[in-house]
Amino acid sequence: MLLSARQLSCIRQDRVLFEQLDLQLHAGEVLQIAGKNGAGKSSLLRILAGLVDPEDGEICYQQQPLSHSADDYADNLCFIGHLAGVQPQLTALENLAFWRACFALAPADDWALLAQLGLAGLEDIPCQQLSAGQQRRVSLARLWLTTAQIWILDEPFTALDQGAIAALTRRIAAHCEAGGAVLLTSHQPVEVPGHVVRQLTLEYRW
Amino acid sequence: MFKWLDPYAKPQVLFATLLWWQRWLMPLSIIVLLLGTVWGLGFTPADYQQGDSYRIIHVHVPAAIWSMGVYAWMAIAAFIALVWQVKTAQWAIGAIAPIGAVYTLIALFTGAAWGKPMWGTWWVWDARLTSELILLFLFLGVMALQNAFADRQTGDKAAAVLAVVGVVNLPIIHYSVEWWNTLHQGATITKFAKPSMDPSMLWPLLICILGFALLFGALTCLRLRTAILQHEAHRPWVRQYVQEQQHATV
Amino acid sequence: MSHANVFRATFQRELKLLARQKADWVNPLLFFIIILTLFPLGVGAKPNLLREIAPGVIWIAALLSVLLGAERQFRQDYRDGVLEQLVAARSPLVGYSLAKIAAGWLGSGLPLILVSPLLALFLGLSTEALTAVVLTLLLGTPLLSLLSALGAALTLSADKGGILLTLIILPLYIPLLIFASAAVEQASFGLNYQAQLAVLAAMLCVALALVPLAVQKALKLNVG
Repeated sequence: MLLSARQLSCIRQDRVLFEQLDLQLHAGEVLQIAGKNGAGKSSLLRILAGLVDPEDGEICYQQQPLSHSADDYADNLCFIGHLAGVQPQLTALENLAFWRACFALAPADDWALLAQLGLAGLEDIPCQQLSAGQQRRVSLARLWLTTAQIWILDEPFTALDQGAIAALTRRIAAHCEAGGAVLLTSHQPVEVPGHVVRQLTLEYRW
Repeated sequence: MFKWLDPYAKPQVLFATLLWWQRWLMPLSIIVLLLGTVWGLGFTPADYQQGDSYRIIHVHVPAAIWSMGVYAWMAIAAFIALVWQVKTAQWAIGAIAPIGAVYTLIALFTGAAWGKPMWGTWWVWDARLTSELILLFLFLGVMALQNAFADRQTGDKAAAVLAVVGVVNLPIIHYSVEWWNTLHQGATITKFAKPSMDPSMLWPLLICILGFALLFGALTCLRLRTAILQHEAHRPWVRQYVQEQQHATV
Repeated sequence: MSHANVFRATFQRELKLLARQKADWVNPLLFFIIILTLFPLGVGAKPNLLREIAPGVIWIAALLSVLLGAERQFRQDYRDGVLEQLVAARSPLVGYSLAKIAAGWLGSGLPLILVSPLLALFLGLSTEALTAVVLTLLLGTPLLSLLSALGAALTLSADKGGILLTLIILPLYIPLLIFASAAVEQASFGLNYQAQLAVLAAMLCVALALVPLAVQKALKLNVG
């Protein structure tokens, strides 16, 4: 079991989003968090990514509470929220180079990676001139760079066309086969070839 | 060493403790303040130089002393909130800051009112008055920052950082202002020489200082209790408490 | 993921951005010069009066022009989610914020020092006073950048960041204002001002040691 959460609860602006939520994520597994808008999906992902502290409850990484294993966990986590994490005045290549330098990743062929994502010819245009879907692809390119085992993705399929969705699901499938785990939210049904997508539904509460 | 303090970090336990303290402190502070001011304003002899106008000292000095003291308490709460992540300490900052701002305002206002007959002007750029004014800005800054966020928790935490930064800065500000003052003004009227006070004048002043401290304690208990109720409004124990209160009043 | 990596990556990125968005460092500079021209127009162009108020005027103008760009320092990275990524990865934000502050100083502090000879003409400063202005700006503008970065980090997710930043940071600037203008004043009388410079240097050292830690804390709590 890679990641587990016990008795989580979250309160935003005096509204209880969820209470006593239990959740487990095993290696090689895709877990989809479903629920209506405002049900607390993004809040749950932000809590699981360690960005926000839960009101109550405990998160464990490899059976160790996060208070002891936060650094190990962060090294092994790739979180992509609904903000792109892309600097708009820089080009796609420069954005990738920034992440590589920050996280001390080995250099590789970024041109080939961007071409694979359908961004050939757009590598050295400032990202603010790209469309929403193209910016999203630049942001998701990090999934091809990272060595992290746990991915937490908030609405990764938003603004993507069919081709990009297919490429992303293939990447997710390959990641799971290599022993990784993915936790994602999506409003569309998610199908990953060769893998069962487990669902966890958050009820909307008043 | 401080393990015995742990339960008090729990909002519910702290709420009950504060209620107990408030019941004692509130009447006690009113009695002490009444005693000090009536004694000081009515029964002490007039000053041989300043006449009756010196009597404002019984409000001015305690307010000035405790404006700094309140900042120190706020900074201690902020430090606890940052280091040990104690939520109730975060809320205490917001409970304390307005009290400090009001004390500072009282000190400034009474200082000006005292300055008019003594120095012939409402305001002089005296080192202590200037420091006090900057202290007011710091209090107002903490309050403004705390209320500036859609998410209340972020505001509480940001205010904690600012309060700690401010307490590091406070001595620097204080000494630079003092230094600036001696450079620009020279020895003017500002520092009234302190002859050792006659005990008949000193005692009511000391009682007033104690009274302001007790009042600060009582108001902090009251405001922190309110803050706990606001932050914990969704908890069952708060609902239960509110129902009990309603039954008691009906 | 070390401090040095993050510092280098962020610093290079910021330099690229400075080169691409020239308005970021040209506008505060123009603002500085315009404020300085306003003072003679407002208080009258008597050479003696100007010389007397020059130290304070220069330092208040410098302060305002640094504050002008302060709000944007972390805002873009916050809105785009770059900061969120760094916090989620538990990156060393001290390296990140130091790089931001250093690049911010290159954009808002250094240009002021470069145009300071112009002040000598505008305000009728002597050579000694001008030397003091340059020296105090050298020590003081990094301090301004550090403090305004702290203000920017604290007010990052606030509703009305800009004006709030000014409110909370200006009281902290007061010691700098006092010592820097005192140094210039001393110099214009031909007196020794090493003591004031030493105090400025000491304040810069303290700020350099402590502010990045506070900025890191402030960034984290605003992202969370």
